[in-house]
Amino acid sequence: MNVAPKRDSYDVVVIGAGPAGLAAAATAAEADLSTLLLDENAGPGGQVWRAIASTPVTERDRLGSDYWAGAELVRAVRTSGAEIIQRATVWSLDRHLEVGVSIDGASSLVKARRVILATGALERPFPIPGWTLPGVMTAGAAQTMLKSSGLVPDGQTVIAGQGPLLWLLAAQILRLGGRIDRILDTTERRNYFAALPHAFAFMTSPYFAKGLAMMREVRAKVPVVTGVSELSAAGDGRLATVTYAAGSRRETIPAELLLLHQGVVPNVNLAMAAGVEHRWDDLQLCWSPALDHNGSTSVEGIAIAGDGAGIGGAEAALVRGRIAARAAVEALAPAAAATLAPMATFRASLAQAERGRAFLDTLFRPARQFRIPSGDTIVCRCEEVTAKDILDAVAIGATGPNQLKAYRRSGMGPCQGRLCGLTVTELMAQARGKNPQEIGYYRLRAPVKPITLAELAAMPKTEADVQAVVRG
Amino acid sequence: MFKRFDQDSRRPVHIVVDGAAVAAREGDTVSAALLASGRDVRRATAVSGAPRLPYCMMGVCFDCLVTIDGIGNRQGCLVPVAEGMQIEIQKGKREIGR
Repeated sequence: MNVAPKRDSYDVVVIGAGPAGLAAAATAAEADLSTLLLDENAGPGGQVWRAIASTPVTERDRLGSDYWAGAELVRAVRTSGAEIIQRATVWSLDRHLEVGVSIDGASSLVKARRVILATGALERPFPIPGWTLPGVMTAGAAQTMLKSSGLVPDGQTVIAGQGPLLWLLAAQILRLGGRIDRILDTTERRNYFAALPHAFAFMTSPYFAKGLAMMREVRAKVPVVTGVSELSAAGDGRLATVTYAAGSRRETIPAELLLLHQGVVPNVNLAMAAGVEHRWDDLQLCWSPALDHNGSTSVEGIAIAGDGAGIGGAEAALVRGRIAARAAVEALAPAAAATLAPMATFRASLAQAERGRAFLDTLFRPARQFRIPSGDTIVCRCEEVTAKDILDAVAIGATGPNQLKAYRRSGMGPCQGRLCGLTVTELMAQARGKNPQEIGYYRLRAPVKPITLAELAAMPKTEADVQAVVRG
Repeated sequence: MFKRFDQDSRRPVHIVVDGAAVAAREGDTVSAALLASGRDVRRATAVSGAPRLPYCMMGVCFDCLVTIDGIGNRQGCLVPVAEGMQIEIQKGKREIGR
């Protein structure tokens, strides 16, 4: 059974136990800072190393060496002296560095001198017609099930989209005896030309050879359609068919499972709710926090490491975690910093890990028609708001995502905009002839994950808390 | 839709889904166990009653909402299965008091 944090204040609280969070927590704890690592999942690893301590897929070549690279870091953090709590949902963070966390149905507040957010990425919304049908999932969802439960697709399966994860997932499914009937590659042909100037850096990066080998492995077994420019899912109560167009070819194919992927974007909810300034990134087409070279944000004491700081991949995430933690050590215990590797070493590793990123970002920049839907296509899955609903609201005066809430409740369901926010911003920007930075984003507030009123009410209260709301 | 790969040797965990016994495996989340069960585990949305299955499996989309041991609106993808766990497929809104 999980227990609440042992102390009510820590030098460093790290949120998220993926590559960045594990590295940050290990580094801070090794320098003898009191360190708390909070993570929402049942075990450490984040998404990229999900279930690394418990996966049933133990034959190492099935998931690949990049996956198993995480095992050593998990061992390091477990012996570092950091306090680690799994299944801990952080629902609040404010500028006083107070962290609200729900563990096993009970909430508590802990204070930090430094907070390192390592809340990672989530999959970019892929709002095509029919994407809410049962049987349509993200590629990441299939990969999560594969890693943590050894589950693989066994009915008619179509994978659609673009990017490195798509090919990795396909290879892993095939290695485990799963079924893939078709891959529909949505990479825009013109992106290949746009990405050319970055090709040399990519070819000398570790991704190149690995990526090429994986694509060959998959193409040998699965028919791949490239240049897909239209995509929709249909069925009565569950997915039955996938329709696509590529060049002059248009086809409808039967499918029980459609796995979608067009890259990942920073998971901004907790950082934005804490007041961290974000800016629209026109290359990665998402909101990224404004950070200094140590990952420090606009809020004193809060740093962001990993993909939440802008998508960079697992290797970059790990190094950014170390950099943010070292900066915290330098600030809180300068003498202990001397025991850590020099910052210059980390920065050199980061530059190495970021090699080839510009190529990937440019090549796999998702096409407009797959980011900005029209007509009856659902944008907000929670409140079931369509693109047409949003355009109608714009026509009668909604100026941005926050006003739109009052018109349509979009972004006000349980996911709190995670699966519609980017779409709403870009859709409204297009409709109003403005850029996404001008349109802005939902104003996010705690609790960033739903908790019950009973849990809030049961939190420890001081006499001053009670007096503050007592009348008469 | 999904099958277990043939070398999965994890211990079985028995859960109950809408009154029926389902064999899950230790380490499965509720959502993974439901999808692996082969049963119709579609929930109905609170807004229109449309059928849904989990979409993201990583705690983001809330399409895995399910009633677990009498408590509604739980994210099934974040909760590991436990022996004897009672699962009800949630149709529509969470009911008051559960």
